[in-house]
Amino acid sequence: MLSLAHFLLIGAVLFCLSVAGIFINRKNVIILLMCVELMLLAVNMNFIAFSHFNADIAGQVFVFFILTVAAAEAAIGLAILVVLFRSRNSINVEDLDMMRG
Amino acid sequence: MQNLCLFIVLAPLVGAIVTGLFGRDVGRSGAHWIAIVSVGVSFFLSLLVFWQIVIRGDEPYNANLYTWLESGGIDLHVGFLIDELTATMMVVVTFVSWMVHIYTVGYMHDDPGYQRFFSYISLFTFSMLMLVMANNFMQLFFGWEAVGLVSYLLIGFWFKRDTAIYANLKAFLVNRVGDFGFLLGIAAVAMYFSSMDYVDVFAQAESMKDVRISIFAGHEWSLMTLICILLFVGAMGKSAQFPLHVWLPDSMEGPTPISALIHAATMVTAGIFMVARMSPLFETSTTALSFVLIIGAITAFFMGLLGLVQNDIKRVIAYSTLSQLGYMTVALGASAYSAAIFHLMTHAFFKALLFLAAGSVIIGMHHEQDMRRMGGLRKLMPITWITCLIGSFALIGLPGTAGFFSKDAIIEAVKASHTPGAIIGYYACLIGVFITALYSFRLVFLVFHGEPRMDDETRSHVHETPAVVWGPLVALAIPSVVIGAIAIEPMLFGDFFGRSIFVDPAHDVFAHMHENYHGILGFIWHGLFQAPFLLASGGVFVAWYLYLKRPDLPRRIAERTTLIHKILVNKYGLDTFNDWFFAGGTRGVGQALWRFGDVALIDGIMVDGSAKMIGWWAGVVRNIQSGYLYHYAFAMIIGLLALLAIFVHRLFG
Amino acid sequence: MSVEAIVFYVFASALVFAASMVITVRNPVHAALFLIMAFFASAGLWILLEAEFLAITLVLVYVGAVMVLFLFVVMMLDINLTVLREGFARYLPIAFVVALGMMVSLGLIVGKDNFGLDAVGPAAKAPASYSNTEELGRVLYTDYVFPFEIAAVILLVAIIAAIALTLRPTRQTKAPNPDRQVAVKRGDRIRIVKMDSEK
Repeated sequence: MLSLAHFLLIGAVLFCLSVAGIFINRKNVIILLMCVELMLLAVNMNFIAFSHFNADIAGQVFVFFILTVAAAEAAIGLAILVVLFRSRNSINVEDLDMMRG
Repeated sequence: MQNLCLFIVLAPLVGAIVTGLFGRDVGRSGAHWIAIVSVGVSFFLSLLVFWQIVIRGDEPYNANLYTWLESGGIDLHVGFLIDELTATMMVVVTFVSWMVHIYTVGYMHDDPGYQRFFSYISLFTFSMLMLVMANNFMQLFFGWEAVGLVSYLLIGFWFKRDTAIYANLKAFLVNRVGDFGFLLGIAAVAMYFSSMDYVDVFAQAESMKDVRISIFAGHEWSLMTLICILLFVGAMGKSAQFPLHVWLPDSMEGPTPISALIHAATMVTAGIFMVARMSPLFETSTTALSFVLIIGAITAFFMGLLGLVQNDIKRVIAYSTLSQLGYMTVALGASAYSAAIFHLMTHAFFKALLFLAAGSVIIGMHHEQDMRRMGGLRKLMPITWITCLIGSFALIGLPGTAGFFSKDAIIEAVKASHTPGAIIGYYACLIGVFITALYSFRLVFLVFHGEPRMDDETRSHVHETPAVVWGPLVALAIPSVVIGAIAIEPMLFGDFFGRSIFVDPAHDVFAHMHENYHGILGFIWHGLFQAPFLLASGGVFVAWYLYLKRPDLPRRIAERTTLIHKILVNKYGLDTFNDWFFAGGTRGVGQALWRFGDVALIDGIMVDGSAKMIGWWAGVVRNIQSGYLYHYAFAMIIGLLALLAIFVHRLFG
Repeated sequence: MSVEAIVFYVFASALVFAASMVITVRNPVHAALFLIMAFFASAGLWILLEAEFLAITLVLVYVGAVMVLFLFVVMMLDINLTVLREGFARYLPIAFVVALGMMVSLGLIVGKDNFGLDAVGPAAKAPASYSNTEELGRVLYTDYVFPFEIAAVILLVAIIAAIALTLRPTRQTKAPNPDRQVAVKRGDRIRIVKMDSEK
C-alpha cells in the first residue's frame, strides 16, 4: 500500500538532486535553469501528493499556478539568456559579475 | 469710563500706525500733526480722568475689557485699573510725551526718518499707557516689553552709527536680564496666587506672608521676599538700578527727545511705578524692602559721582537721571511709595526739561555735545539758559522748586524709616545732594557761563532755537517750579493715593513728618536750615569756584587723584567687566560649544561619523557581493540547510 | 506488491534516473532530453495520484512548449562546453555532501514517522463519476477566478517581455512610421518647379 511518505520522499530526492545539480553545474546557466525546473517539479509533486491524500483540490490549483509562473519564468529567463549571449558571446556564470558590489 | 480709557490708549496707537505705515502718504507735516493731535487727545482725556478720579473722588475703575485666553484656571485679560496712582502716571506720561512730540518737530527737522520717529514715540506712548493702566500682571508685562522694544528701536534710531547699534543692543540685553527676573516673579505670582489680576493677588498677599518655599533642597525662602525681589530685578533693569544701570548712559546715543521722554521721564520710571503699584506685596517683606533700599542707595550715590567726570552734556544728565532714580528707589525701600511717585512726577518734569534744554543747546551748537567746546551761551540762547537754570534748581532742590519738596520728602522719609539699611540710604541721599548740585552746576557753568570755547565759525552760527523747541521748555519749566508746592500736601500727607498704595502702619514714615508739617511756607522755611539745602548750596559754590573762578583747578585735581579719576572715567570698570566677563564669557562658551559640541561632537562624530561608519561597514560588506550567481545560490542553499536543521532539531530534539 | 506499487516504483526509479542524468550529462541537449523524461515520469506519478488534468498539462505545456524552447535555445547558442564543465569534478564531493545532508534531514521530516500510513492513512477512494478536470475547473473559475486572471496577465507579460527582449530591429523592416506620417507637410512631398515651356 502506497502512503503519502512515498511521494514526499520522491519529491525530496528530486529536490536534493537539483540542489546537487546547482552545485556541480555552477557555470552553465542553461543547466541551472533546468535544475530550477526540477526543483519546481519536486514542489509540485508534494502539492499533488498532499492534495490527493487530504482530498483537497486546492493543492492542485496551486500546482496549476506554479506551472503558469514557471512557464513564464522559463520564457523570460531564456530570453534574457539569449540577449546575454548576444552581448557577451558566453553563458558562463563566471563572466557575469556586473552586479559585483 | 471704558470708552474714555480706550480713547486714551488707542489714540496714540492709531497715530503710530498711521505715521508708521502710511508715513510716506501723509508726508512730514501730516505725520507730526497726526501724532501730536492723537497724543494731545490722550493728554486732555487723561486730564479728564485725573479730574474724575482724584479731584471729584470717583471710585477707582477696574474692569476687564477682553479675555485674551483662559488656561488652567488662570485667565488673562486685557483690562484697566484706573485709580489715583494710575491717573497721576497717565497725566505725567501723556503730558511729557506731548511736549516731546511738539519739541521733536524742531529737533528732528532735517532728519530723513522723521515719520518713523513720530511713529515710534506714539507707539511708545501707547505702550507706556498700557503699562500704567494695566489691571493684571500679564498686561503689565506686555507694556513692559513693548516700551523696552520701542526703547531699543529709538536708541538705535540712527542705525547707521555703530555706537547707536552697540548701545541699543546693550540696552536690550541688559533689560533681558532684568526681564528674566521680572518674568520669574510673575510666574511665581501665577503659581502661588492662581491669578493674574492685581486685586485678587493683593487681597491674598497678607495671607501669603508666612509661606515658605524651598527652591534648593534645604534652603527655605519666604515666598513674598522671593517674589518681591524677582519683581524688583525687573525694575532694576528697566529703571537702571545698579548693577543693571549700564545701558542707560549708552542709551544717550538716541535722539535727545527720546532721552527726555523714555530715558528720563517715563520708561525708566516704570520700575518705580511698578514697585509702588505692588506696594501690598512689598509691604509683606521687610527683607525685600531692605534690598530695594540698599540698591537704591548704591545707585543714588555712585552714579551721581560718575556725572562729575563726564564731558558729554547728555551723559551728565543721564548719570543725574540714574542718581535720581536711585533716590526714588530708596524712597520705595523706605515704604515711602507716595514720596517716590511724587519725586517721579517732579523729576519727570524737570528732567525732561533739562534734556530738552540740552537738546536745544545741541541744536544751537549744530550737534556738538562736548561741554568742553561750549561756554558763554547765556547771552546767545537766553530762553534755553533760563529754563535750564530752572531745571537745575529743581534738580538740586532749591527751596520752593518742585525738586526741593520731593527730594526733601524722600530724605526725611528715609531718616524716619526703620527698614534695615535705612541709615545707609539716608547718608547716600544726603551726600548725593551735594554731588547733584556739583555736577548740575558744573554743567550750567560750563555750557552757559565763562569764556566761549568753540571756534569762531560755530560761534557765529549759534542762535536761539525756534519756538517749537523752546515752547515745550517753557511749558515744562512751569510745572518744574510749581508742581511740588501744589502736590506735596495731598500727595504725601493727604488721601491723594487713596487705596492704590498700601503702607503697613509699622512702616508708615509720614505720620511723624505730618506732625511737623505746617504748610508749604513752613516746609520751605524749615528746609532752608536743613542739611540738604546747605549741602546743595555748597555744591553750587564748589562748582562755581572750580569751573568759573579757577578753571585750571579741575585738571589739577584730576592729576592729583589719578586713581579715583580713572575709576570714575571708567565707570567703576563695570562696562569693561561686563564686556569681558559676560559678553566675552558668553562668546567664549559659545565658541567652545561650537568647536567641541557642534563641530567635533555633532558634526564630526554623530553626523559625519555615522556616515563614515556606514561607508566603512558598507565597504566591508560589499566584498560579500561578488556578483556571481552561484555564490548567491550557495547562500540560499546553506540557509535552507540551516532552516532544515532547526526544523529537524525541533521535531526530534 | 500491488499493481499501484509496481507502477509507482517504475515511475519513481525512472524519475530519479532521469533527474540524475539531467545534472550529470555533458551535453545540454541530452540534459534537456532527460528532463523531458523526468517530466513524463512525474506525469505518470501524478496520474497515480488522480491528478490527470495536471499530468496532461505537464506533458503538453512542459514537454510541448517549455522544453522545446530549451532545446531551441541550447541549439541556437554556440556554447563552449569544455569551459562550462570546468570544476565539475571539484564540486562533486561538496554537492554530494550537501545533497546527502539535505536528504537525510528531509527524510527525517517527511519519512514514515510523520507521513506513513499510520500517521496519515490511505487516500479516500473517489467515486467512479469523479472527474478531476471538472473539479479543478469548478474551483478555478469560482474561488480562484481572480488569481486565474492574474495568471493570465502574467503569461501575457511574459510573452511581451520575451519578445521585447529578443526582438532585434532588422534593416529590412519596411514598417511605416505613423509619427512621421502624421507630421508630414506638403513641402516634403512635392516641389513645384517653374520653368519655361519647352519648344
